[in-house]
Amino acid sequence: MNAELLEAHNLTRAEYEAIVAKIGREPNENELGLFSVMWSEHCSYKSSRVHLKRLPTRGPRVLQGPGENAGVVDIGHNLAAVFKVESHNHPSFIEPFQGAATGVGGIIRDIFTMGARPLALMNSLRFGPLETPKNRSILSGVVAGIASYGNSMGIPTVGGEVVFEDCYNLNPLVNAFCLGIAPRDRIFLAKAEGEGNPVFYLGAKTGKDGIHGATMASAEFDEAAEEKRPTVQVGDPFLEKLLLEACLELMATDAIVAIQDMGAAGLTCSTCEMGARGGLGIEIELDRVPQREAGMTPYEILLSESQERMLLVAQAGREAEVEAIFEKWDLEASAIGRVTSDGLLRVLSGSKTVAEVPARSLADEGPVYERPMERPAYLDAVRPVKLSDLVEPSDLDDTLARLLGSHTLASKHWIFEQYDHMVRSNTIVLPGSDAGVIRIKGTPMALAMCLDGNGRYAHFDPYLGGAAAVAESCRNLAAVGATPIGATNCLNFGNPEKPEIMWQFSRAVDGIRDACERFGVPITGGNVSFYNETEGEGIYPTPVVGVVGLLEDATTRLTHHFKSSGDLIFLLGETTEEIGASEYLKTVHGRVDGQPPRLDLEAEASLHALVRAAAARRLLRSAHDLSDGGLGVAVAESLFGLLGETMGASLALETPGRADGVLFSETQSRILVSVPRASADAFQALGDDHGVPLSRVGVTGGDELEIRVNGVRAISKKVNDLREIWWTAIEKELRS
Amino acid sequence: MPRFAVCVFPGSNCEEDVQYALRNVLGEPTDLVWHKDRSLDGYDAAILPGGFAHGDYLRPGAIARFSPIMDAVREMAEAGKPVIGICNGFQMLQEAGLLPGAMLRNRTLTYICRYLYLRAEQGDSPLTVTLNQGELVRIPIGHADGNFYADDETLDRLEREGRIVFRYVSDDGELDEASNPNGAARHIAGLRNERGNVVGLMPHPDRCYEPALGTDDGRKLFESLIAWTKETA
Amino acid sequence: MIVKANVIVRLKPAVHDPQGEAIRHALEQLELHQVSGVRQGKFFELTLDVDSKEEAEKLARDIAERVLSNPVLEVFRVEVKS
Repeated sequence: MNAELLEAHNLTRAEYEAIVAKIGREPNENELGLFSVMWSEHCSYKSSRVHLKRLPTRGPRVLQGPGENAGVVDIGHNLAAVFKVESHNHPSFIEPFQGAATGVGGIIRDIFTMGARPLALMNSLRFGPLETPKNRSILSGVVAGIASYGNSMGIPTVGGEVVFEDCYNLNPLVNAFCLGIAPRDRIFLAKAEGEGNPVFYLGAKTGKDGIHGATMASAEFDEAAEEKRPTVQVGDPFLEKLLLEACLELMATDAIVAIQDMGAAGLTCSTCEMGARGGLGIEIELDRVPQREAGMTPYEILLSESQERMLLVAQAGREAEVEAIFEKWDLEASAIGRVTSDGLLRVLSGSKTVAEVPARSLADEGPVYERPMERPAYLDAVRPVKLSDLVEPSDLDDTLARLLGSHTLASKHWIFEQYDHMVRSNTIVLPGSDAGVIRIKGTPMALAMCLDGNGRYAHFDPYLGGAAAVAESCRNLAAVGATPIGATNCLNFGNPEKPEIMWQFSRAVDGIRDACERFGVPITGGNVSFYNETEGEGIYPTPVVGVVGLLEDATTRLTHHFKSSGDLIFLLGETTEEIGASEYLKTVHGRVDGQPPRLDLEAEASLHALVRAAAARRLLRSAHDLSDGGLGVAVAESLFGLLGETMGASLALETPGRADGVLFSETQSRILVSVPRASADAFQALGDDHGVPLSRVGVTGGDELEIRVNGVRAISKKVNDLREIWWTAIEKELRS
Repeated sequence: MPRFAVCVFPGSNCEEDVQYALRNVLGEPTDLVWHKDRSLDGYDAAILPGGFAHGDYLRPGAIARFSPIMDAVREMAEAGKPVIGICNGFQMLQEAGLLPGAMLRNRTLTYICRYLYLRAEQGDSPLTVTLNQGELVRIPIGHADGNFYADDETLDRLEREGRIVFRYVSDDGELDEASNPNGAARHIAGLRNERGNVVGLMPHPDRCYEPALGTDDGRKLFESLIAWTKETA
Repeated sequence: MIVKANVIVRLKPAVHDPQGEAIRHALEQLELHQVSGVRQGKFFELTLDVDSKEEAEKLARDIAERVLSNPVLEVFRVEVKS
């Protein structure tokens, strides 16, 4: 066993010795391959487990927390929501279209393998600046890839976010979220049961794609990454659609004991995990595995990451039912093995045993590291940014226009119009509002969902970055009238072997924990993506959180835009001068620094409760959360409807400070609402009950946006002019 | 009472939306029929829904047209019963030779999911019989290959024979480029066969049959279909 | 005997090819100004179990006409490998 072989398998000498100790001998090359993928960072979470333990994962609605393919939450009416978010960052760097496409394919499988029909997708994308041609082609490839897979499968993409920042230049982030619904009492787990039960292989033939994809995801990138090109898988959404329908049909019978999709580490991962969860073993015969290429070695078959494959354990004696359903859909269902009681993963090739190790050693007993942590020195220099140190813009109309035209804030319609967001006729809030909302036919309910993060905040304050991701997501849900019931996290970070990165990670986890606990939102599962670095340059720590919310009555939902002339505009929450790490500071003053805005969890919780209560009582005409770009941008966005309609507004703001401060500070815990005059008193009383500061700042109507600050006109622009800038910014850049 | 069939192919995605509109919202008996079935006996109208039948591999609709159910669809068409193809369904009818022309990749080279305005060009079709001529409806498209193509001779003939059922137009009913994002020739969004009982439509009335979804103009097209079917059943 | 037949499917000259045009534009961006036109088509390789090359040619033509090409848009050419 030489150093070169170990390095090729991304295993340390200490890990190797642990393997030898566990199995009582040296592993053969196949077994080395099994451990290399199962003990990789991506599969074993060896650097993150000790921290993830701190996250709150329990709650009265939680039916399944972390540890399975997806989380499951009770939503009433005998139904459960099944959801999770996953990253596919590295493959999207190598091959944007297929990397993103297969990321979507993978998360969809994680949902339907639990017995849920996938009903909605979201994605969170981060790229380097669009001014750089390479980033434009990555963006185009990723969006086209996501579209090709999700649209083909007939699952609407209803929301998400797209952010542009230098640090993602060679490290794009692609986080894909999927949500489905299942009958509450028919959730399928991936836990093998019943000695002698047959193990079936379903779906696409196995080829040589993606071998060592899991280890690739765990190795930092350099020029050698170009050589790793062949390891990106090619997706076949048509096959997965057939697989989805066939599996759902099969799950309506009780012929299945357990089912798991084959994702990272393919056949290896699914077999050992299913066995380990059930405390049992699995024996498989490689000769029975359908193969796309001739002459594949056991190593290749075991480590292949060919897409669109599932593994299932059926009830002995019910094999014919499985085969019949799969034949209807013209799919392969091959019996490749059986469940055993010896706890071993035993792999046969012909009559030879080519690998034999305890399933638990692979799935559960990977190394757990308490990596060293050290507070990064750069944090010492982080201070609040004083507005008085910056030149006040003389033309705030121009400032607002520049912000609306900046790519992170501009309309993303060029992107989301490539996603089918209407299929299944459940989408009742079109993209462009604060959250995606789908109705649940046959019930009065709707589910809302949101995916949020802020890497820049997290860079300057990792704890805050984690907490703010949860807060913003929950705030967005409140703005549509929904109550959060569960969350999933995608933690995108650099190299965990660097103490500063590990410290950032730990602090972000603490931030997420505290916010989730305060808002009563359990984490039901998620994903960690480490090693997002290229040639030593890493991304900002970027914790992304997906939160799912419930609307008991779908008709109480809200969207973000003004609808009726003469409505009163209220600003909820207090604005303080906080422009550190803001879009305004970056776009207009060319600076990326400063203390991000503080987060008061109590104020935030009260705000959400107020807006939810007001929505439920139908007191509001619209609600929009404030985040990037502050009040000025939020007001402008509120002028633009979801079907091209517009509505002007006239606002008067009072501030002890400067106009640009009140307009563009990114103070947390604020929401902008419009209220019909008849409801204003009731709404104000409700605000008092909830202890949320609220001020009446204006009235809707007309075809202009006028904002006065301390009596002086600060913004005066035709709505159509503002909209034109906001609507065309991204497409203009892509065509230039 | 007339019965409606919605044909389901491997990769179809919109069959339940069509069924929900016809059955749950409008109260008409509507069944899903699997593509391997050979009979549409007892049905008074057939709808081929949207989606990605056979993954759109080879060409959209190119493989689906060989499915066993297509023989029954052809028989229905020849019997003069209403046969509607929505989006992928329209493409299948073209590949099967029941409607003229073919669909190219959208002018933008991307999938487009967007509300557009359509103008009803003539009232003599299953989808427009209860609409006024020139009436505007707002219905979304969701496709990557909706760029209708036919040679000039065919296009002229379609115009002459009044077989164009819907065109893409602006919000004030004019023909302009911005309102025709997929680049369809002569802004054709929907057309009918010579006999008038087979209609293909790229936009999705099955995505806007209730106000909660955006507009409910799609409902008008389904109501038209129901009225036509009741007349001819 | 096993015979391989290639089928090349091309758009009819009158049919606009936006994908080909996009490719030509991309080549122009790479300073390849000598490229005045690009048309995109499809290539199929059929592996056929037949008795003769002539049978292969006939079978391939039939498949090309009925399935691989859309006569509204496309023309095809068949090449049987010797």
